[in-house]
Amino acid sequence: MVSDTSRLGFYLLLAPILLWLIVLIILPHIGLFIVSISEKIGPREYETGFDNYAAFFTEPLYWRTFARTAIMSILATALTLILGFPIAYYIAKLTRGRTKTTLFLMCMIPFWVSELVRTFGWMILLRETGVISNALQYLGLIDGPVEMLYNDAAIMVGLVYTSILFMVVPLVTTLDSLDDSLIEAGYDLGGTSTSIMREIVIPHAMPGIVSGCIVVFMLSLGNYLTPILLGGKDSLWFTGMIYTQFITRFNWELGSAFGFLLLALSSLVVFAGLKLSRQSLTETMGRT
Amino acid sequence: MKFSLVSSIAVVAALTAQMTQAETLRLLTWGGYAPEEVIAMFEAETGHTVEVTTSNNEEMIAKLRATNGSGFDLAQPSQDRITSAQEEFGIYKPIDMSKVNADLFIPSMLAATAGNTTYEGEIYGLPHVWGTSGLVVNTAMAGDVTDYIDLCDASFAGKVSYRLKRPTLIGFAYSMGLDPFAAYDDTDAYQGILDEVEAKLTECKSNVKTYWDGGDEIQNLLRSGEVVASMAWDTGGWQLNADNPDITFVAPEAGALGWIDTFVLPARGRADDAAYDWINFVMQPEIAAMITNTAGNFTAAVDGDAGVSADLKARYQGSFDQAAIDNIKWYPPVPAGLEALEGATLDRINAAN
Repeated sequence: MVSDTSRLGFYLLLAPILLWLIVLIILPHIGLFIVSISEKIGPREYETGFDNYAAFFTEPLYWRTFARTAIMSILATALTLILGFPIAYYIAKLTRGRTKTTLFLMCMIPFWVSELVRTFGWMILLRETGVISNALQYLGLIDGPVEMLYNDAAIMVGLVYTSILFMVVPLVTTLDSLDDSLIEAGYDLGGTSTSIMREIVIPHAMPGIVSGCIVVFMLSLGNYLTPILLGGKDSLWFTGMIYTQFITRFNWELGSAFGFLLLALSSLVVFAGLKLSRQSLTETMGRT
Repeated sequence: MKFSLVSSIAVVAALTAQMTQAETLRLLTWGGYAPEEVIAMFEAETGHTVEVTTSNNEEMIAKLRATNGSGFDLAQPSQDRITSAQEEFGIYKPIDMSKVNADLFIPSMLAATAGNTTYEGEIYGLPHVWGTSGLVVNTAMAGDVTDYIDLCDASFAGKVSYRLKRPTLIGFAYSMGLDPFAAYDDTDAYQGILDEVEAKLTECKSNVKTYWDGGDEIQNLLRSGEVVASMAWDTGGWQLNADNPDITFVAPEAGALGWIDTFVLPARGRADDAAYDWINFVMQPEIAAMITNTAGNFTAAVDGDAGVSADLKARYQGSFDQAAIDNIKWYPPVPAGLEALEGATLDRINAAN
């Protein structure tokens, strides 16, 4: 009797997450997969086959765009880590009490407005008649207006800015859990700042680094707004391509296939990243 | 007891009768085509309520395709995109001409749209708002730009913009002396035209500052002077002209590209009566003028231009003389499958360095 009630409770508690998974994730993906394996041969005529997947590998534009997107996302992740680590270290280890809360809050404030507004903010700063260009001219550092928008560097700035919070939060949590006495012991035993960082801090923070990197990489890879708004005429992004196939080309079949390839290839990159850093997914997600 | 049952049935019947009369019209349209004041007047007159969703051609078709034509009661795609979408996806239902007050429409436009939107013997579209794409030029800085191909002139390097969409392909083709509309039904000839345009646009790519996407984006670029000439819609040019007299819409020598946005009934719309009421309401001359004043484009309503603001009329006449009007290239219906060819061309231009 007791076990029956607890079992009922278990299923009741499980129901929302199961519903969420099945209705919002598994069912749409099954539908998407069915669409992706139908080839269009004429108006309202379809055949089953893998031609849409083949199109990705035979048309250089598609896989080059994917490779470009993946490489730029990895680069954005690395930059975010380099910028985010010192911030997280400072917040976690060098501040106490109210200062710590304030600094943490200041990292979060920009995320209270929507991504669209933040991206428009960058457009106002970077454009030819924008704030930075005008300020540089006013200071006499440059002669004419300079265009900083519509290139890959602008995309990179936007991506790092959009995702830095998701790097800082897991890092602060893991660094917080590192006992200060371990660092002190390192100094007592004659370690230098570099060796302590390498031997004690980074190994301890590894799960936070990896989980932050996974989140930032996924966010960058799946970002649509930032590359479209800040990027220029050569800045293709894979999600933009999926949108084009679905909306402007009415080619849902190819768009669905692209969606699945994005899912598969990004999982592959994350898997490779975990192998390289010798972390396991359970440990990474469990400890942060 | 019996009496109360009868009376409650009567009350329910009366309520349902009223419900069938007052419906909710879910309108899928473009920004500016359903101004607040027009909606308020319509709701007061008919008792229907109106829910507006603004969109564009591709998204309208995509939305209706996703639901097999339900979710909306009236949509407004351009006339050239109706028969192919109907053939491919079956998302519309035919117009019942007996419910439309045809006297409100300019006869030639009604007939032309009916001809262009006839699929398997049934008419699917009624004309509403028309306009053109052409050039929006800052005449003080780029007065020499009179045709699409002038955007590739090296003297404007980094200061021009256009969309990477099908109107650009067609405009450039006309500007290069080709006739894409005549080749619509001949896939090989059309591919040949696309290849020529692709070479030109690839060569021209270094001249382009950025490919614009939204109407606001190109207006900002022109207003700030970062872009001095672009391919864009007439109404955007006239709006900018109100702020800066140097910027205006120029009808290109090769001809502006004319579109007509229509009324169509989605296949599984639930409020057809409200939809017909809306059509007959907004085509009245004074309402049509109100829509022209907010959307910036003229309508297919008889005498619809009478109440239009004098400024807008002056700008329209400044951009279009009679020869330019006669030279407008009206989009014929796009055959199904043509967009796949254009898509491949646009992809290659986008990827070229």
